[in-house]
Amino acid sequence: MAENVKPRVRVPRDATAGEEITIKTLISHTMESGQRKDGDGNAIPRSIINRFTCAFNGEIVIDVTLEPAISTNPYFEFQAIVPESGTFEFTWYDDDGDVYTDSKDIAVS
Amino acid sequence: MNSMLKTCAATVAIIAASAVFADEEANLVVNEEIEITVRTDAPAHSENLSTIYSGWVFRSDETQSLQMDDFENPGMIFVDDAIEAWNAVEGTEGNSCASCHGEPESMAGVRAVYPKWNDEAEEVRTMAMQINGCRTEQMGAEEWKYDKTDMLNMEALLASVSRGMPVDVAIDGPVQAIWEMGRDLYYTRTGQLDLSCANCHEDNYGNNIRADHLSQGQINGFPTYRLKNAKLNGVQSRFRGCVRDTRAETYAVNSEEFIALELYVASRGNGLSVEGPSVRN
Repeated sequence: MAENVKPRVRVPRDATAGEEITIKTLISHTMESGQRKDGDGNAIPRSIINRFTCAFNGEIVIDVTLEPAISTNPYFEFQAIVPESGTFEFTWYDDDGDVYTDSKDIAVS
Repeated sequence: MNSMLKTCAATVAIIAASAVFADEEANLVVNEEIEITVRTDAPAHSENLSTIYSGWVFRSDETQSLQMDDFENPGMIFVDDAIEAWNAVEGTEGNSCASCHGEPESMAGVRAVYPKWNDEAEEVRTMAMQINGCRTEQMGAEEWKYDKTDMLNMEALLASVSRGMPVDVAIDGPVQAIWEMGRDLYYTRTGQLDLSCANCHEDNYGNNIRADHLSQGQINGFPTYRLKNAKLNGVQSRFRGCVRDTRAETYAVNSEEFIALELYVASRGNGLSVEGPSVRN
């Protein structure tokens, strides 16, 4: 397992219907590209987050493929208009098979 | 060809006009809560400057904004790591940092007065030295290496709880001789390029050094997350980089010389706010 991987998410606790909210996500990850070599000249194997998704009440609303050129600690920020109260679920997929998740509730009035 | 030359000339003029600051009036408020002093009157002992500026004011709007919100400040990732280390018991005495100090917030104000004199050890201690003092004397744990990940993370945590408080490093009493040694180093030209700290950071701050703006070299924002290497950077490693760039043999991190220089340079920022972990390029 990659070391010190920790997802962070910021979603407003409440919103009004039709309001545009901002969601910020960050995951600490080395995002080793696979292009680098260690001191002995051996290639350091690729180890990156390769996919990020955000689902709202079970429906995927964001699905991103990440490539090796994306730098360390990938950060995503996006806007959403939330129709009803519910739960955002965030999922990051690691090359090594690990899956990291976080979720946030939002109340819509 | 002619028109191209004109375009070049116009570009040069624009660069020259904007060379000093991206936005001269910009103010830094972190999390819409912590007000940071980024410009203020220079302390009396900083005799060649009238106003002192945080390195933050020399950066582009995009870099500046990264520091306004802890979620966007990549340095705060390392603060989170340090909170785990803060609570982790290590060494033979069965202590963690928290055993003696409680919450990290209890250390508010500590960063602001370091480096400072330690009566028992009869030496000037940087905050890193004090952290290692705690580790060996109170915890019975191994020292952390200077300017390496564990140490920088902890320094970032201790800086973060002091953010907004004015730097207030003492320069008289028992530290005076070492402070004067730091001042001498600051004004001594070194290397094949024959440059002292002052040649860049006092005589030329705001001007371009290649594609970048020279700051005053204030260290109130350390440890600093640099976009160029995507990690926290310690102040003495930054000194090494500067001295190396004059094409001189550098002093070692945690050498007598760099401790003196850190004390002196920190005191030049008396009045600016503690800002670490700051974001720079």
